[in-house]
Amino acid sequence: MPILEFQKVSKSYDSKSKALTDVSFAVEEGEFVSIIGPSGSGKSTILRCINRLVDATQGAIVFDGQDITRANKKEIRQIRKKTGMIFQHYNLVDRLSVVENVLHGRLGHKSAMAGVVGYYTEQEKEQAFQIIAKLGLTEQAYKRCDELSGGQKQRVGIARSIMQGPRLILCDEPIASLDPNSSKVIMDHLRNINQTMDITCIFNLHQVDVAIKYSKRIIGLTLGRIVYDGPPDQLDKATIYEIYQSNEGELITDVG
Amino acid sequence: MSGERAEKSPRPENQTSVFVKRKRTFTLAFLAVAALFVISALVTDYNVIAGFESIPKAVVWIVKNLVPDERAWSRLPNILAKLAETALLSVAVTVCAAVCAFFFGLLGTRTTKINPWIGRGVRIVASFFRNVPDVVWAILLLFSFGQNILTGFFALFFVTFGLLTRTFIETIDEVSADCVEALQATGATYMQTVFQGIIPSSIAEIISWILYMIETNIRSSTLIGVLTATGIGYLFDLYYKRLDYGSASLVVVSIVVLVIAIELVSNQIRKVIM
Repeated sequence: MPILEFQKVSKSYDSKSKALTDVSFAVEEGEFVSIIGPSGSGKSTILRCINRLVDATQGAIVFDGQDITRANKKEIRQIRKKTGMIFQHYNLVDRLSVVENVLHGRLGHKSAMAGVVGYYTEQEKEQAFQIIAKLGLTEQAYKRCDELSGGQKQRVGIARSIMQGPRLILCDEPIASLDPNSSKVIMDHLRNINQTMDITCIFNLHQVDVAIKYSKRIIGLTLGRIVYDGPPDQLDKATIYEIYQSNEGELITDVG
Repeated sequence: MSGERAEKSPRPENQTSVFVKRKRTFTLAFLAVAALFVISALVTDYNVIAGFESIPKAVVWIVKNLVPDERAWSRLPNILAKLAETALLSVAVTVCAAVCAFFFGLLGTRTTKINPWIGRGVRIVASFFRNVPDVVWAILLLFSFGQNILTGFFALFFVTFGLLTRTFIETIDEVSADCVEALQATGATYMQTVFQGIIPSSIAEIISWILYMIETNIRSSTLIGVLTATGIGYLFDLYYKRLDYGSASLVVVSIVVLVIAIELVSNQIRKVIM
């Protein structure tokens, strides 16, 4: 049974235009899927529908056997506990230390009061330091996040999402603000997490070459519709041009 | 080649040049301000030359009457006691108002509002409290509380509450929209998001605004004290009406010194927390 299934999902932010139109796909447990497509094609909307930061207008989204479009407030928190999210702008609490930001991943698991006052058990702290070490941030653990570089910040973001103990990690343009070196570090970490911890990963990516190199499956999105869904080696130039609605020679990937 | 005129680069056709537009706007603005000045001078019978000529006379009068004399200095302990009362009142008012404004403001931000109608309502209420001047609040409250320190407290409270609510809404939206999204995505509850995300990321700005409001409230409480017969304002009013200008001006000087001192301390605190 797939861990996640979109069934004819549509989303409109206003009455005029549709952000998503009849989007259907299924993701198996442990998959590493990239969604590519031009800006405004609905990539972020897809990811945000999964953890209900955005509500789909029509269709059903089945995650872990449950139609999440019908979830109530309490159930939404349960779903979010199981799905980590990584953002283009890292979305950390900059004035707090690395370890505090990582521990935020536990908030969904804690009692309301313990979370409010920021009380974490010794065991949770131990786990946080373990994850921090795994991502090579031990030296930075007590530093404030605004002192970190972009790549380090994104690693904190990854640590926070692993701290949740998620089944699924949603990555919204994780490397769009990073230089090529840090981008590789981040992508390698995420692939490693996917393989060793068996966490399903869904990516939004602008970099077609990165998507082809890392993922086992690519979904191409144009104007809210899926125009390609398959392995990267079958994604030919013509399809890429179709996804980005451009002609040969107009894309940066054409260089070289 | 050097003798030839360089060829003109293409510019947008059938559109007014940006440079012409700028010049036009500037000229119009200048003329408007000049016209406003002339009209208001005519209406109020203001004579520019006489106005400037009277400055030296005013200085002489100030030196003669407003420099604190023996009698004024003997009243210093009394003045300082009232000044302390006023300062403490304004700290108390600002802190109370800030706590209320923060939680009220949460309902008005884009990121944490519970629903758009409540959000709009919050902003309207805050604007109302803020835009009614504190003196008007004081006069209105005089009817219910009489000449009492509570009247001053509430007058300052309402204005501070309104102003801080507005600024907190803006600060929260500016500083914490991103981390609120992230914390919500981890499954955190509303209150957890507030205490773990919004407060840590906006606390420095919030404290900075509270410090600013404490300064402002010390200044305003002087005027309100005149109306409510309490604090340093009452003392000023008393001396002034007795034509004891020396003492009255010592009151003013002590307020100025206090406000400057608080400003310096606030700046130090800001440096540390930012």
